[in-house]
Amino acid sequence: MLNSINKQQGREEAGVTPLPLLQTQAITKDYPGVRALDGVDFELLAGEVHVLFGENGAGKSTLISILAGANQPSSGQISYKGMPVTLASVHDARSLGISAVFQEFSLISQMTVEENLFLGAEPRRAGLLDRARISREAKETLDELGFALRPDQRVDQLTRAEQQMVEIAKAFRSELQVLILDEPTASLTTHETDQLFELIGGLKKRGVGVIYITHRMAEIRRIADRITVLRDGRYIETVEAADATEDDLVQLMTGRVVGAIFPELNLNAPGDVVLDARNVTTNDGLVVDASLTVRAGEIVGMAGLVGSGKSEMMQACFGALAIRSGTVTLNSQGITGHTPKRNIRDGFLYLPADRRHEGLMMMRSVRENVALASLDIEPFSKGIFINRGGEKRAVEALTTRLNLSPPLIERTVEHFSGGNQQKVMLARALTRNYDLIVFDEPTVGVDVGTRASIYEFIVELARGGVAIVIISSDLPEILHLTTRAYVFYQGRTQAELQADQLTEEKVLAHFFEKEAC
Amino acid sequence: MAEQSVTAPNAPAIGGIGNLTKRLFVKLGILPFLLFIAMVVFSLLSENFLTLQNLMNVLRQSVYLMIVALGQMMALLTGGFDLSVGTALALSSVVGAMVMAAIFAIAPDMVWLAIALGCLSGILAGVTIGIVNGAGVAFFNVSPFMVSLGMASVGFGVALYLTGGVPVYGMPRAFSDTFGYGALLGIPAPVFVAALLAIALYVFLYRTPQGRYFYAVGGNPKAASLSGINTKATLFYTYVLSAFFAAVAGMLLTARIDTGEANIGASMPLESIAACVIAGVSLRGGVGRLESVVLGALFIGLIQNGMNLAQIESYLQTVVLGILLILAVIADQIRLRYVASLKN
Repeated sequence: MLNSINKQQGREEAGVTPLPLLQTQAITKDYPGVRALDGVDFELLAGEVHVLFGENGAGKSTLISILAGANQPSSGQISYKGMPVTLASVHDARSLGISAVFQEFSLISQMTVEENLFLGAEPRRAGLLDRARISREAKETLDELGFALRPDQRVDQLTRAEQQMVEIAKAFRSELQVLILDEPTASLTTHETDQLFELIGGLKKRGVGVIYITHRMAEIRRIADRITVLRDGRYIETVEAADATEDDLVQLMTGRVVGAIFPELNLNAPGDVVLDARNVTTNDGLVVDASLTVRAGEIVGMAGLVGSGKSEMMQACFGALAIRSGTVTLNSQGITGHTPKRNIRDGFLYLPADRRHEGLMMMRSVRENVALASLDIEPFSKGIFINRGGEKRAVEALTTRLNLSPPLIERTVEHFSGGNQQKVMLARALTRNYDLIVFDEPTVGVDVGTRASIYEFIVELARGGVAIVIISSDLPEILHLTTRAYVFYQGRTQAELQADQLTEEKVLAHFFEKEAC
Repeated sequence: MAEQSVTAPNAPAIGGIGNLTKRLFVKLGILPFLLFIAMVVFSLLSENFLTLQNLMNVLRQSVYLMIVALGQMMALLTGGFDLSVGTALALSSVVGAMVMAAIFAIAPDMVWLAIALGCLSGILAGVTIGIVNGAGVAFFNVSPFMVSLGMASVGFGVALYLTGGVPVYGMPRAFSDTFGYGALLGIPAPVFVAALLAIALYVFLYRTPQGRYFYAVGGNPKAASLSGINTKATLFYTYVLSAFFAAVAGMLLTARIDTGEANIGASMPLESIAACVIAGVSLRGGVGRLESVVLGALFIGLIQNGMNLAQIESYLQTVVLGILLILAVIADQIRLRYVASLKN
């Protein structure tokens, strides 16, 4: 209630000169040896969605962690409704109504939704938990937000999207004025994303200011009012979302003209069939009776919603998921049920989507991470022993080719930016002569500059005759980078689209086809 | 070590002694500091401490722990731990001594046959524990804590049952003379064996692909599996190796005390984990160096020796050891924080 009154006043004043809800002046953040933010000015108005845009390492995360009170600036001033404030802790920021939902959730997965909502601020009666009040208020909050969640459900039984809702609901515990969202849709399905955007729309109407970090152009177009671009820790420009084209933004972000992110394909005619999977059904039921073929030198896309089975299908072919029925052949040899180890030796590599949890050993060096899948062959080993010199030279050559920055192969992977970590993982594709490489979401959480070089890298491999499969939830990737695509729906190959049929409408139509029927 | 101590002092031109200490700490961990403090304190407490003779004693006394710690390191590297090392050691001692004594009693002429078969069966008995641990962890996904805790109880029970709680005597004299008190080129036999094992393990860990795979499995099991590494086999080898090292230590210790004992090795799980953790082996897996673990075991030997010389009661020594272990873990956490603050 209080909230909405404040907001109305805010808007009336806003009619003449809008007073920023939250403002930073010359915010600088120094870490030893690195200046993460350099005199950044930023302002957020009540009732707007303000997108922060920039490459990985541009300072977006540092800025929002300062605004959320999780981090303190080295110098500079933060004002809240025109008054200078110090946000010494997350708690401070929350009490002002500033809440952040970071990519890493702060939920206790063994607890229920309501317990999480009130964690750290449990209502008490006579010194004991007031359970009745907790569940009543939790239900009120969830209803008000329109979340279809049961307050007594355990968090670990929820989908990621539902967990995100809990996290957002947590932000509403105090009177919400500023909501900060850090790539909230990274793991949401289209339907869940719609739900989130609807919620954001509702918040705008109530006068809440939303700071939103995303790399996805489509989202910017859908919900952004203004966009502030950061580069190398510096403020570059704030633009009206309605006036900004994709090229403008990319140019602002990278500081150079990027004609198109996607390279010209110019592939040779496809060669022999490399992978042929027929009627594959997995033990866990996530893939049902799916079939596909991939030929040498072509780039095949796999589209579909999260959980549609597109990723699981390739994992099953690779041997990382158990197959109940169906056959898989690689270069006309049966490989059904072979282990990843055997498939890698036979020239079939799968690069997972989640580099942190499935791809890389974060605390080990770049050298060890790149060489991992090829330690049994030259130049990485000689006989039964590892060839240290050969390994070092090979990894150095690969990281130079991929422009790893900084080019230090003995540095542990966790100290690199997201884009460079991705390069370390992709470098594995070059450590052997593979016939078939599957890229699962190759550009998730990667900035545009690096994305372009990853695309170039993939296309070059295809030109060299390697059969490529790209699994992607990013539709433009499917449309611009592939020569043929399969659309998955509920574990089945719903459609196969040839190059001339690859349009946004055609692909999307198959995402939901069966529901429409 | 040599290389690091050369590069470290000239690296930071900024800051004073405090900053230098911090950087050294981040680079080398807690062990060099503890070693230095221990050296100073014990030399002050006892003038016999810093003598060549005594330091040689420390080395000889620590080799058993060192061998066990090398095995323990394997378990820690893959993100687990092995609580049954003490049992594997005791069981190998008892079984080895019994077989050796039995063969020696039947055929007193064939001394070396008795020794060879005795050692072999002792080590096999110890390795059996590792096989069960490995199978449990690798193929049935049981937590290393539970399997090895259970096997510690099983092995200890079997060792007591076999001996009725009484020490086993009757091994050939040559066994103790050679492996307990013998020397080659002036190097005591146990030290010799430990050095051989350490070198062999070093080559295995750092010069072969399979060695690298232990780090990979500990670093990220999923990534290792998708990179074509047989993670189950790697975990299985881990526990077999750990038990093997404990069993070899068991046979060496048997030679030293000239009896098969079910009660030796009870302190080994704690001491071996302490040696590794003090040496910077991460409890989360994937991080740790063999050279440091050797130093870690020496450090614990040094502490025990120093406390003996300073006439600190053995009950209190256990207290000190426990405190050191906890300090080492805390220091490791602080170090991680420093690493983050220096790298950011």
